[in-house]
Amino acid sequence: MLADYGYVGLLALVAIAFPVVTLLASKILSYIGVRPQRPSAVKSSTYECGMDTVGEAWVQFNFRYYYYALLFVVFDIETVFLYPWAVYFRKLELFGFIEMLIFILILVVGYLYAWKKQVLEWK
Amino acid sequence: MPADIDGLSLSFWILAVVTVGAAVAVVATRNIFRAAIYLVLSFVTIAALYLTLSAEFLAAVQILIYAGAIAVLLIFGIMLTREQRAGSPSGRLSFPALGVAGLVAFALTFVILGSRWNVSQAPLPADNTVAIADALFNQFVLPFELASVLLLAAIIGAIVLVRGSKE
Repeated sequence: MLADYGYVGLLALVAIAFPVVTLLASKILSYIGVRPQRPSAVKSSTYECGMDTVGEAWVQFNFRYYYYALLFVVFDIETVFLYPWAVYFRKLELFGFIEMLIFILILVVGYLYAWKKQVLEWK
Repeated sequence: MPADIDGLSLSFWILAVVTVGAAVAVVATRNIFRAAIYLVLSFVTIAALYLTLSAEFLAAVQILIYAGAIAVLLIFGIMLTREQRAGSPSGRLSFPALGVAGLVAFALTFVILGSRWNVSQAPLPADNTVAIADALFNQFVLPFELASVLLLAAIIGAIVLVRGSKE
């Protein structure tokens, strides 16, 4: 079981090594003189082949997004309960299914409340 | 199997160094948004530490709740404020804060080193997510269902509180 997570660790190492090696290779190649370096204003822009950016990326979010964050948190916690349930589902049979159905139905009430109060609507 | 134990302690030390480094970066970074990202990194490496302790469920909860929910709330909190890049300017309270933090760290270390930890002698269940599921869905059915009522109260309470100022 634990050894299986070794592969996750291995993947993480590869994922970290990949950008490091790429950037380092680019630096070394430009140092040797293999990679030409002729920067221009267009090349250095955020999206070389896209639209020109307007303003800054650091903007203040509309507070209406906060509703989504709050609802996300609640349904995120629901997932915590779904995980062991899914692992054990075969042995729980119908009882477990009904149990989780009640659990989710109670949470759906909250979702309906949010819907009714129009907090999910975009104005 | 000494090779396995070596791999475990190696991964422990790598994860421990990254966790502590990220935690230090949270405090040291001026940009508060980057500090939040470092905090997420330390949450994720703590989850990996749980995995090395065979606590898979705890690791999943750590990722979902801390790296997911709490990080989202933090980052939203930061992005909702104006001047999010400025962070908190250092005030005159930095030295008293250092003193209090040092005191808390000292007290925690003292308690951790001084207390007798009860180590369970029972063998580790082969798959402890299944053991947790068995306890949660067979033994503690009512508390489990009550948890959803608590979450429902949280949804409604949050919506009422956030909407409240508008009316």
